[in-house]
Amino acid sequence: MRNNKFVDIKNISMTYHTLDNETIALKELSFHVDKGEIVSLVGPSGCGKSTILSIIAGLLKPSTGEIFIDGHRIDGPNKASGYMFQRDNLFPWRTILQNVLIGLEIQKKVNDESIARVSQLLDTYGLGEFKNHYPDQLSGGMRQRVALIRTLAVEPELLLLDEPFSALDYQNRLAVGDEIARIIKKEGKTALMVTHDVGEAISMSDRVLVLSNRPATIKNIHHIQLTCQSDNPSPIQCREAPEFRHYFNLIWKELDVYVK
Amino acid sequence: MLNKDNENVKYSPQHQEFLRAVKRNKLQIKASQVGFLMLFIICWEVAANLKWIDPFFFSKPSDIFKLLVRLSADGSLIMHTTVSVYETLMGFVIGTVLGTIVAIMLWWSDFIAKVVDPYLVVLNALPKIALGPIIIIWAGAGTRGIIVTALLISIVVTILSTFNGFKEVDTEKIKMLKTFGATKLQILQKVVLPASVPTMINTMKINIGMSWVGVIVGEFLVSKAGLGYLIVYGGQVFRLDIVMAGVIVLAVATFVMYQFVAWVENRFLRWKQ
Repeated sequence: MRNNKFVDIKNISMTYHTLDNETIALKELSFHVDKGEIVSLVGPSGCGKSTILSIIAGLLKPSTGEIFIDGHRIDGPNKASGYMFQRDNLFPWRTILQNVLIGLEIQKKVNDESIARVSQLLDTYGLGEFKNHYPDQLSGGMRQRVALIRTLAVEPELLLLDEPFSALDYQNRLAVGDEIARIIKKEGKTALMVTHDVGEAISMSDRVLVLSNRPATIKNIHHIQLTCQSDNPSPIQCREAPEFRHYFNLIWKELDVYVK
Repeated sequence: MLNKDNENVKYSPQHQEFLRAVKRNKLQIKASQVGFLMLFIICWEVAANLKWIDPFFFSKPSDIFKLLVRLSADGSLIMHTTVSVYETLMGFVIGTVLGTIVAIMLWWSDFIAKVVDPYLVVLNALPKIALGPIIIIWAGAGTRGIIVTALLISIVVTILSTFNGFKEVDTEKIKMLKTFGATKLQILQKVVLPASVPTMINTMKINIGMSWVGVIVGEFLVSKAGLGYLIVYGGQVFRLDIVMAGVIVLAVATFVMYQFVAWVENRFLRWKQ
């Protein structure tokens, strides 16, 4: 029987070495993400959240443990996953269209068909008229949408989102978060998101994993079930759900945040 | 921010007034620049004519002008200028190209970069002019030696500043390319080089000055032609008009080359505006 664990993280540990110290960032961490699911990782800052994403993206090799995406063992950068950063990292010397094509260029897949497909994505998400603009001419929220399309252009099945909205101001963060959640759902992608914004995690995800302090282990897993008004609710609408506060308080307590 | 392209928008009277003020200010700056130069030349001429300063030691603008006309007519000015410009360009181009290649090698291999580091530091601190005589003996007392002097002066600066530019490229942008599976060569092509274009152009601007220093020093030491030769010759025979004429042509040539790099900058950095 085939299980539906799309991403399967098995016992990964990560130790960083410096000359006078070694730091255990992750210790025997295991979890999975199902196909089509949005899962958030929340945890205290410096607990190794981004390390987890880098390992899944194949940029870092874990000290021990294995990762499988869609049944394939991950061993270096791979085409199954796409990474989205906190900053948009657009190249100021390239136009918007050239920026979103960079991944295809690296993978030598630029052709008429792929250019048309990427243009279509830009059109669909309201960036069509800015194809020949330079990034400096766009607002922060638009730039972050361009960054998402750049990631989607290479057609990854799994999106790794590394605090993708924290560089935006509060209004934009809500609006772009909404938009991006919708895009992910519409394109039928699976997503793993790291965030320190508890509200964002609850409103956008199907599951929230709470991590402990370093070395990170999984403290708790919350299956989020919000009664949102419409059939196809957006994350902002879901913040209105009666359960939202309940989850928020629960996770907030688990995070053990206290002001020193 | 986005209406950059709609140029045919009707501006308000206040905005038109603002644009006029900006234009006026620009004009005033240009006029003052030219005016200052004119004033300087006139004072010099008058002072020399009234014997406030000794024309034998200071020469005077009209003499320099006459000499420039005469030297242009017999073709010798063009010859000297061409020789120096050729040597400078060769030193500049070879220095920039070789320096950039070395910088790429250092970026490529962290090990080599660390091994070479102390040597580069010493070479950078050393006044390269001190090596002039050695170079002249090794590379020959002629155009070749002069080009090598110019090259040596510009190459160390090129290596150091270009390599530093490479290192300052945003590591997250590199990481972004790696998530797409980029090779080291692709990282170099797609992000490191393009991101370093502003640094490289700044280096080129410095290098023009450096190459000229190398060429003039080289021509001081040896040579039978070139602006440096003209200046030294004028000094030896106490013809200050020749020295001044050489310096003026030198200033013009440097300015023209600098403008050329500025033009290149405008072409390549259109995205910056």
